[in-house]
Amino acid sequence: MSGFPGDQMLAFALRRILQFIPTILAISLILFLLLNVLPGDAALVAAGAQDKGMDPRYLEEMKKLWGLDQPLHLRYLTYLKNLALGDMGLSYLRREKVSALIASRIWPTLKLAFVAMLIAAGIGIPLGFWSALRQGSWLDTVLMVGAVSGVSIPQFWLALLLMFLLAVKLPFFPAMGYGDGDLRHILLPAFTLGVGYMALLARTTRAAVVEILSADYIRTARAKGLPQLLIHGKHVLRNALILVSTTAGLQFGSLMGQTVIVEKVFSWPGLGSLMVDSIFQRDLPVTQGCILLIILVFLVVNLAVDLLYAVIDPRVEYQ
Amino acid sequence: MKEVMRKAGILAAGVLLWGIMAGEAAAQRSGGTFNFCAPYGGDLSTLDAHRSPAAQDLLVAMNIHRSLYSWDPQNNSPKLELGERVKASSDGFTYRISLRKDIKFHNGRKVKVDDVIWSYERIMSPRTASPSAPFVRVIKGARDYEEGRANKISGLQKLDDTTLEITMDRPLDPSYTLHDAGAAILPREEVEKKGDAFGLDPVGCGPFKFVKWVKGSEIVLGKNPDFYEKGKPYLDRLVYKIMPEGASRDIAFRAKELDATLVSATQYPVYKEDPRIAKNMVEVAELFTRLVGFNPKYGPFSKKQVRQAINYAIDSRLIIQKLLKGKAFPCVGYLPSTSPAFDPRAKGYEFNPEKAKALMKEAGYQKGFSFECIGTSNESWGVVVVEAIMPFLKRINVTVKPQQLEGAALADRIRRMDFQAFIWSLSSGAGGDPLQALNRWHSKNPSTAGNFVGYRNPEFDRLLEIAGRERDLNTRLRILRQADALFREDAPVWFFNYNKAVVAHQPWVHGIKPVAVEIMYQDIADVWVDESSPRAREK
Repeated sequence: MSGFPGDQMLAFALRRILQFIPTILAISLILFLLLNVLPGDAALVAAGAQDKGMDPRYLEEMKKLWGLDQPLHLRYLTYLKNLALGDMGLSYLRREKVSALIASRIWPTLKLAFVAMLIAAGIGIPLGFWSALRQGSWLDTVLMVGAVSGVSIPQFWLALLLMFLLAVKLPFFPAMGYGDGDLRHILLPAFTLGVGYMALLARTTRAAVVEILSADYIRTARAKGLPQLLIHGKHVLRNALILVSTTAGLQFGSLMGQTVIVEKVFSWPGLGSLMVDSIFQRDLPVTQGCILLIILVFLVVNLAVDLLYAVIDPRVEYQ
Repeated sequence: MKEVMRKAGILAAGVLLWGIMAGEAAAQRSGGTFNFCAPYGGDLSTLDAHRSPAAQDLLVAMNIHRSLYSWDPQNNSPKLELGERVKASSDGFTYRISLRKDIKFHNGRKVKVDDVIWSYERIMSPRTASPSAPFVRVIKGARDYEEGRANKISGLQKLDDTTLEITMDRPLDPSYTLHDAGAAILPREEVEKKGDAFGLDPVGCGPFKFVKWVKGSEIVLGKNPDFYEKGKPYLDRLVYKIMPEGASRDIAFRAKELDATLVSATQYPVYKEDPRIAKNMVEVAELFTRLVGFNPKYGPFSKKQVRQAINYAIDSRLIIQKLLKGKAFPCVGYLPSTSPAFDPRAKGYEFNPEKAKALMKEAGYQKGFSFECIGTSNESWGVVVVEAIMPFLKRINVTVKPQQLEGAALADRIRRMDFQAFIWSLSSGAGGDPLQALNRWHSKNPSTAGNFVGYRNPEFDRLLEIAGRERDLNTRLRILRQADALFREDAPVWFFNYNKAVVAHQPWVHGIKPVAVEIMYQDIADVWVDESSPRAREK
């Protein structure tokens, strides 16, 4: 741990994990209240009777079945109690455990986000680095214009464009679906998801590298006559990665929440599409479960990034 | 000599017809995979037909399960599905049905009368909380069973293993309610063994067996070799791709990954202009009526002349042509043109601004008024349509203030009649039964049960009650036409359009039908693909 005692780091991690509890409690309360005050009758949506009307007795029966006949505070307490026991409740519509539903959908989303992140980091960081080394050149200008465009491209449009080009005109990839979760099926959605982050990472890397290149210690290294490769590899890239890893880490959390559009367009069976479906279907336990999980992933990734600082930057201390 | 010639002519025509039918039958090819779409909303909720009212679930479930009756798109009416014959009593209360003897569930067990009775009792059990309960509630004693006053449904009598007698609580043909996919006949032992998981791993008696469900992505079904209709289904495999996005479906269809697709309003004009696709499109006026409902408690709308004036003031055809790009049929009355009680001679409100102005003056509103109209973001029957009618109504000094709401929130306000006006698409099918469809507007029906505009006309009620008692089908339809005409005359709504539902299919696909109750309710047992399909040999 580069000179940092392991127990100091462990204590830091434990402290942060303990901080998760009030955060999750507060979020669960806000979430519960918001979802339960939304206009629209969950029982009516579930009955598919919005345009037909429905026997009020049937609606009452449904509400009783789902516990919606209880006062709000009691429902919240029951929800919290069950949550503490790891029970996220039962889906209104699917009558499956929310945890089982989420378990079946989390892997495709994680896979998608992970491959998107790999594409984004694998292309974005070298491009940003390269661009910074050629600062002011036409290549730098082209790459940065490309990066701005990449950040600005709407995901929905890019998805359709890629599908049209690479599935209809040049049928290299399937247009939609999960298949067996193989690479052919994952590449188009992952690229669509990753392209914005690729551009952002390229810009972040470029900015960090440009700043580091003008630092005194780089000048010193050059004056010492260190080889260019060593200066760029050891001094520039490593220091730039501190900033880039923070951005990348934070983005992985938000990637989880931003898979919704890509999953919908590519019929990808992930958490994002499950969450959106559940919102429109007023399947509140599923919505709560999905959002809580995304928040949890966000918190864990943030913690992981903080812990990674020590690996990248030996000056970081945990207090 | 003439007689001989006539008989020879009939014989020749018969031989020709037989030849055509035999040729068609011979042309039907077995084998291959059919990739279809599940286009509504997101993932399916369940494949337990008793527990879902959603078209997204039932369009798949109906090919795994079967109900006692089914919808016949050719005749636009229900037909006996699991029975060989049905005999109705003269008073129209009792129906004796002889079940087919060759129906088996996918687990190999034969379907018996006990399965029908158990399935209907399961639907009526409060523990199931089945949205299909209204379909069965019309059977005598179903309500008593539902409310715990009886331990069986008295109107369901088993005469033997294959003969069932159904007694209704009023003279009513059960085919109109029991054909719904939600009233499927399920195997008791499988449902009891699997519990809630039955919806994830269903067993039915339909043409396809459940194979797998990749949540949020696709559902795969395989051919049921023991299906009771010999030679069917033709396909080895049926895959439903879960694709709510119209643009994605379009691309998958063009990439030939989908064999057939539901056409969205955006794609419709593009497909119509593409000669390769246009010739493979199936269109139907679905049993949905798009309208603006007026709240009669809001001053101006209490006057019939004002409501009629609005109908005369708007050029519906122009809006359908320009805004909806022709993907709708103009309204005549409430009942769509595919309803058996539709009056082909009737005329809807024509575009006549002068008449509209005169009616406004007659009602004392020549200076106009303003009202708020709530609606969703739907591109065919949402706020965008309200915006299109605004300039028309401005000409009769009526100002419309559109307000967009999310679907469930809109439904909530409409049920409570908390609006001045709303725009929506209402199911005007009620399983294809025009009497049930019009019963929505009976004054005894509250807004919570569908009479969203609080329509009240004793003459209309009387006509529906007479139609309910009438046994002769033609007379009954004539009375219902009168009721629809009365509703049109009262104009409690602005009659906009009937949904034009469209399915486009690849040239190698055969057997897609214009199903008026819901075009996606395709009986895939009848669908086959020819050799030119890229999946012709895929199992």
